Amino acid sequence: MAKLLNLTWVFMLLAILAVGGGTAVLPEMEHLTVSQFHWVTKDQFRDIYSLGQVAPGPNMLMVLLIGEKMAGAMGALVVGLAFFLPDCILTLVANRLWGHFAGSPWRTAVQHGMAPVAIGLMLAGTYAIARLSIFNLISVLIAGSIFALLLWRHINPALLVLAGGLTYVLLPHVVHLFPH
Amino acid sequence: MNDASAAAETGTGARVPLGVIFWTFLTAGAISFGGGVVAYLREYTVSNTKWLDDEAFLDALEISQTLPGLNAVNMSVIIGDNLRGIPGAIVAVAGLMLPGVIIIMGLGAFWREQSHNPQIKAFLTGVAAAAVGLLSTVTLQLGHKQFVKPLDLTIIAATFISVSILRIPLYLVLLVIGSAAVLLYRPGAKHEKLEERARHLRERLLHRHYISLRH
Repeated sequence: MAKLLNLTWVFMLLAILAVGGGTAVLPEMEHLTVSQFHWVTKDQFRDIYSLGQVAPGPNMLMVLLIGEKMAGAMGALVVGLAFFLPDCILTLVANRLWGHFAGSPWRTAVQHGMAPVAIGLMLAGTYAIARLSIFNLISVLIAGSIFALLLWRHINPALLVLAGGLTYVLLPHVVHLFPH
Repeated sequence: MNDASAAAETGTGARVPLGVIFWTFLTAGAISFGGGVVAYLREYTVSNTKWLDDEAFLDALEISQTLPGLNAVNMSVIIGDNLRGIPGAIVAVAGLMLPGVIIIMGLGAFWREQSHNPQIKAFLTGVAAAAVGLLSTVTLQLGHKQFVKPLDLTIIAATFISVSILRIPLYLVLLVIGSAAVLLYRPGAKHEKLEERARHLRERLLHRHYISLRH
């Protein structure tokens, strides 16, 4: 029970702090679930994040697996509700009030001010995943070539993600230069 | 709510059945592999069903981005709410998440069974590395306006350094840098003029360089 309560407040906190989306809250999520509470190891956190990339829908559904690892199906349910419900309610309320602030100059102030903060947080989220996954030549090559490819033209990200995974599995067998 | 009824009228001309909302979001949730769910939502709710026009979609996106939470989920709440109130919001979110929930739970079970399989570990490491490339592009594209504005770039750098290097708790970062950023953009702030002047100076500088290079 204490475990479920802990999961609930941690993921509710993360939900409220997720300004700028799921990526923005990744460093804090890693800090809380790995370093502070030891619910998952660093490698497990990376694996679970990657599973979220492979599944359809919002990538952040991966939080369910942290809950499941801790407390089975009940844990997944609790984490799912804690992580998604608060923001849904907040959005519902904001959607109904938003029109009231239509003319307010403060609405634009919040939007303009928070935009760069959200970008900074996304950078931090990207950096957090990079620290978990970029540690040899192959991973640098995968991340770098996907970055370059996407700047060059739009390719379905799902294909690129799968290609990245397969490259990491197969390249060491093809080229024996990289110790695996 | 006004634009909601307006959107519904321009579209089907009748109330959209909850089942149709559920099915539409279920489809979007099932085929949106590799992120980019918002793009799929636009295709389904603007292009295909005409539930809302581009303007209303952008309004919804604006709210979604300002609030905490995932854009795709917040978008579903807003579109569902605008179409059919709270029940609409509930079926939209449920539809969007259901396929992903089932698949992630299945993948999780498989992953636990294969936890010692080096091939699976390698595959997932490669996926994470690929995600880094993907996230970098998305961040760059989302922030292309902010990265070239000195004030915004300063806020971006301050946020990144606080979280990633100084490891300051996120609530503090949001509280301090967030409110500072909003205050910098407060109504009637002088900096817009300053930025304009800075841009002018930059352009003149470029111009001068250009001329000096030519001669």
